Amino acid sequence: MLHFHLDARSGVPTYIQLVNQVRRATRNGTLHAGDRLLTAREVVAALAINPNTVLKAYTQLESEGLVISRPGLGTFIAQGIPAPLAPALQRQLRRGLDSWIRSAEIAGLDREGMLALINLAMDEKDKKGAHVA
Amino acid sequence: MSVALNATGLGKQYRNRWALRDCSLRVPSGRITGLVGPNGAGKTTLLRMAVGLIKPAAGEISVFGWSPTGQPALVLARVGFVPQDRPLYRRFTVGDILQLGRHLNPRWDQAAAVARLARLDIGLNRKIAHLSGGQQAQVSLALALGKRPDLLLLDEPLSNLDPLARREFMRALVEVVAAEGLSVILSSHVVAELERVCDHLVILNGGRVQVVGDIDELVALHKLLIGPRLDAAVIGGDATVVQATHTEHQSAMLVKVGAHPVGADWEVHDVSLEEVVLAYLGNPAAATLPAPVMEKAG
Repeated sequence: MLHFHLDARSGVPTYIQLVNQVRRATRNGTLHAGDRLLTAREVVAALAINPNTVLKAYTQLESEGLVISRPGLGTFIAQGIPAPLAPALQRQLRRGLDSWIRSAEIAGLDREGMLALINLAMDEKDKKGAHVA
Repeated sequence: MSVALNATGLGKQYRNRWALRDCSLRVPSGRITGLVGPNGAGKTTLLRMAVGLIKPAAGEISVFGWSPTGQPALVLARVGFVPQDRPLYRRFTVGDILQLGRHLNPRWDQAAAVARLARLDIGLNRKIAHLSGGQQAQVSLALALGKRPDLLLLDEPLSNLDPLARREFMRALVEVVAAEGLSVILSSHVVAELERVCDHLVILNGGRVQVVGDIDELVALHKLLIGPRLDAAVIGGDATVVQATHTEHQSAMLVKVGAHPVGADWEVHDVSLEEVVLAYLGNPAAATLPAPVMEKAG
């Protein structure tokens, strides 16, 4: 069962924080197809947040096909979601990243600088993708 | 959208100060609406009008379609109101208070009220005077919920509560909303707490309505733009400037974005609900609303 948490200072709307946590949990293998999410009322009680916020998050997850809701039973992670990264592949990507981080450190970048560079590269990649589409 | 509370052109004057002036708003049902504004903005006046304790000098107010002063029995049967000072008889026990609620309210749900207080470990034989501020707030909430209202009005429910008691109060509130789907309007100036609990927002300032809307939409609609210093607020596109601040070399504008993108020399940042609220409160002339339109009574 996935336990939600909220970062009040992130400025990210609450329902998006919930959506992101479910997405991340399916990607890193914490949640698998068929796993049940907490009911909306359980999330409301645990976090003391607005019930409509939880429903909004679950509706969005459902519209993305990541979860399915079975009336009377609950909300479940859908079958056929992308499998989490295989551990071997994850290790391999990590090795590449670790060596990139070392080079960036030598070049004098701090954490912020590295994240900024990664974001820039991702933004540019997304833009190119948009032109192709 | 079904409407819990509707106000059109509400006005009320105390001596030579307007407590509410040309105040028009519509609060949807099934939502938790936050009513924010500085002291003296008219929040308490609006809530008291909704239960008929104050009669509007101008305009109209209706709750589920009924007038609080014209049809008080219909309105009061469906509305629970907890005023700011949470009045409870200090020499009564908790059980006495529930007994009072039972005798005064035809739809009283004694079992639910007792169960609610038992979950919070508030014994029925305890004297009100011996309870903590947080427990007194919980008893006031249980009293207001015991009549099974469709609309609950809470005036500054978090005032004088410590952070833990605030969280416990809000938890009790959202749980009952999740279970029973009632509508809530709560006034507060603790914006950080509102962001978790409310999904709809009304900003009152100087007796007028400045902003009404869904919180997620309001937050998404507002951005902070940072760019080279400008003397006049010229930002291109059709964004509306809520607040502008300038340093020697840079200008920062909190804007409500329009249909067109802003100029390319602006850095665009997301903002929190608190930043949006503070920007409006600091700039009473700014408003997200078009001029009020009078509606014909149905």
